Amino acid sequence: MDLEYSERHRALQQEIREFAAKEGHRSPKTGGGRKRPDLKTLDWQALLLERGYFARTIPKKYGGYGAAPDVVEAAIIADEFSKAGLYPGIMNQGISMLVPTLLEVGREDQKEQWVETTIRGKTIWCQGYSEPGSGSDLAAARTRAELDGDHFVVNGQKIWTSSAHYADMMFLLCRTEPDKGKHDGLSYLLLSMKTPGIEVRPLTTMTGRAEFNETFFTDVRVPAAQIVMGRGDGWRVANITLKYERMLLGDPNKLMHRLNSIQNLMERTEIDGARIIELSEYRDRLLKLQGEVLAWKYHGMRLLTDLANDEDSGVRRLIVKYVGTMLGHRLSSLAVDVLSAAGLSYDPQGEDKDDDEATTWHIDYMYDVGLIIGGGTSQIQKNIIAERGLGLPREPKPKEQAAAR
Amino acid sequence: MRFGLSDEQKMLDESVRGYLTRALPLDEVRRITVEGGGFDVSLARGLSEQGLSGLCVPEAHGGAGLGMVEAAVVAEALGYAAAPYGFAGACVMAPLAIARAGDGGLQDEMLGAIAAGERRVAVDFSALAGTTGAADLQLAGKTLSGRATHLLDPGGATDLLVALADGRMALVAADSAGVAPGLRKTIDRTRPFGEASFEGAQARVLDAANEPLAVASDIVGIGRLMIAADSLGAGQRMIDQAVSYALEREQFGRKIGSFQAVKHMCAEMVAMLEPCRSLIWYAAYAQQHGTEDAPLVIRHAKAHLGEVTREVSRMATEVHGGMGFTDLLGLHFWYKRITFDRQVLGGPERCRSEAGVLQGWAAA
Ligand SMILES: Cc1cc2nc3c(=O)[nH]c(=O)nc-3n(C[C@H](O)[C@H](O)[C@H](O)COP(=O)(O)OP(=O)(O)OC[C@H]3O[C@@H](n4cnc5c(N)ncnc54)[C@H](O)[C@@H]3O)c2cc1C
Repeated sequence: MDLEYSERHRALQQEIREFAAKEGHRSPKTGGGRKRPDLKTLDWQALLLERGYFARTIPKKYGGYGAAPDVVEAAIIADEFSKAGLYPGIMNQGISMLVPTLLEVGREDQKEQWVETTIRGKTIWCQGYSEPGSGSDLAAARTRAELDGDHFVVNGQKIWTSSAHYADMMFLLCRTEPDKGKHDGLSYLLLSMKTPGIEVRPLTTMTGRAEFNETFFTDVRVPAAQIVMGRGDGWRVANITLKYERMLLGDPNKLMHRLNSIQNLMERTEIDGARIIELSEYRDRLLKLQGEVLAWKYHGMRLLTDLANDEDSGVRRLIVKYVGTMLGHRLSSLAVDVLSAAGLSYDPQGEDKDDDEATTWHIDYMYDVGLIIGGGTSQIQKNIIAERGLGLPREPKPKEQAAAR
Repeated sequence: MRFGLSDEQKMLDESVRGYLTRALPLDEVRRITVEGGGFDVSLARGLSEQGLSGLCVPEAHGGAGLGMVEAAVVAEALGYAAAPYGFAGACVMAPLAIARAGDGGLQDEMLGAIAAGERRVAVDFSALAGTTGAADLQLAGKTLSGRATHLLDPGGATDLLVALADGRMALVAADSAGVAPGLRKTIDRTRPFGEASFEGAQARVLDAANEPLAVASDIVGIGRLMIAADSLGAGQRMIDQAVSYALEREQFGRKIGSFQAVKHMCAEMVAMLEPCRSLIWYAAYAQQHGTEDAPLVIRHAKAHLGEVTREVSRMATEVHGGMGFTDLLGLHFWYKRITFDRQVLGGPERCRSEAGVLQGWAAA
């Protein structure tokens, strides 16, 4: 354990505090983020990139800051931003999932073309994985892509495609090798959402907003060079993206930030003249969650150390999505309970406007169930933890089951 | 910059675990706890030779002078082995209390002997940790009267260290006049509690510290950290046993580990316990470096580990079916150890309530 702040770390902390004092007023509101970033957000993002408070470890030539990974620096930045209530930068599927995937296995020209514009928040991506017939069983995807000259021609349907209604690009998992096996027959393509033949139909979610979509493909032509890795490598690439998606969904900094907001909420919300934080039943719920969030924060620091040392985190990483999303839902549940005790209020204004505090918490509280399901459900995560993490036997295939009877 | 153990710390961990694996097969745990009252001289000698009794004793007094992270690593290893050996009280709290609040003479007299394993000090800090049962200790000058009912690590104790509610600490030789020590049985036979009544016993008062209450409270925190680390090890052992049983036992013609219900119990156990290790490491680091958040994080570590290991101990037993409930398998040693760890030096409810006070969310 070596978490000592060096001179450099103290300087960074000081620098961010000065930054917060001087530039903090330019920060967009925290939270939300399920829409296209507005100008204010894009300007803020540019500022964060320039200062190295975002994409700090992404190489300079791809628009990042080019710093070496450093657990303490990352923790300082997250802490200071959370304390100052500053927007920590855009989190979306392109930035948090596609960019690290490209950095890991993309071609040089793909990195040059996509990383910078994506981390600047200018290019928005959506994820074309799930289909009506394949959600948890993702590798059963049937959307086809056939090679025709130097283009793939895509036909089929995706579903639950978040942000497809405003995305510029999609990363798509599709079947290019129908003769090969379930997992070997898939490829991973990058395509523009403006390509003719794509139709996006919004689906309304339980929050009342159209946050995801059905996406239909009819003879959609995608340049063959826009494949990540090779034909038949799609399952591998898709899993790399999933790895990052699951890290994103379980992000400890987000939960830490949330815990602080709830604490603040409980300190100023009253029932019958008593502050909720003073009511022991509520306080103990907050304290329980505080202990869990702290454990989660330090677990995150341990994972960052693994990453910096190129060590395989094994089961430690595999638990991230499951634990983080379940904890997230329990946090927003407490917030909703606190608000409800003080008077229920839910009045969403629609995707483009800012909602009041109570509505925002209620939306999170609903969206959190979505996060438990999306990116591989909790049950699928537990299968993965047990099978890949603990080495327990895989579920027998139906054939084997019949033979065993 | 590293959130994790250093190479030296890993080596310490391996060597203690290696020793415990050799010295403590389940039969030995059974023999020492069931027949031997929870303490074994030769095991204690062996662990002293491994450096445990001197781990926290300052180098100037013949110890290794190691820190909280090392001590937590050892505590975890002991919990993993369900070792019938008092470590938190006798090897960590007692020498640190003496080093921080005892005068030079007392330090010279005690610390070297503790490091060498010649003296072992049982401790009772329940007056500061909210254990049920009234602590009615009175210290008048150097004369100690009353009863101590929660003596941690009484096995092989040559001396008893008790704390009063105001933070004063008194050390009494176990065989001195006016001291009647005894053993209490708890659910955990790997680490019994001791008790003692004092009638005008002559005590050495640890009065060298400027702020006795602050020091004594800090020692309670250190004890909590060690106990929490112990339960981490015990929980990990139960998970490991559940996973290996799930890979072995067959029902309906297949390994039970291929049933999703069993798999998911195992997954839930790791998902709960694994982050606890980072919490313990951080709490140990924070205590060692005296960071501002140390008192808060330690209380959370004690509380959270108490909650998580209760679940783990239940689920791991369930994975074993009827076998889990037997004495034969011995899984219950860990189940009981976890139960003890949860309560001793303050249970989760107490620790969280103190955490609330620390943050100004409730009056003391
Ligand atoms: C908010 C949200 C956003 C999303 N965004 C996207 C997106 O942008 N792009 C995209 O491609 N997809 C997206 N999804 C889809 C998401 O990935 C799928 O919903 C998810 O993988 C589950 O698939 P399914 O809906 O088909 O449910 P099913 O697979 O039909 O699952 C139904 C239930 O059966 C259980 N189940 C299924 N198989 C097993 C098994 N082997 N063992 C145990 N239990 C099992 C599941 O756990 C679940 O409880 C999103 C979903 C949500 C909720």
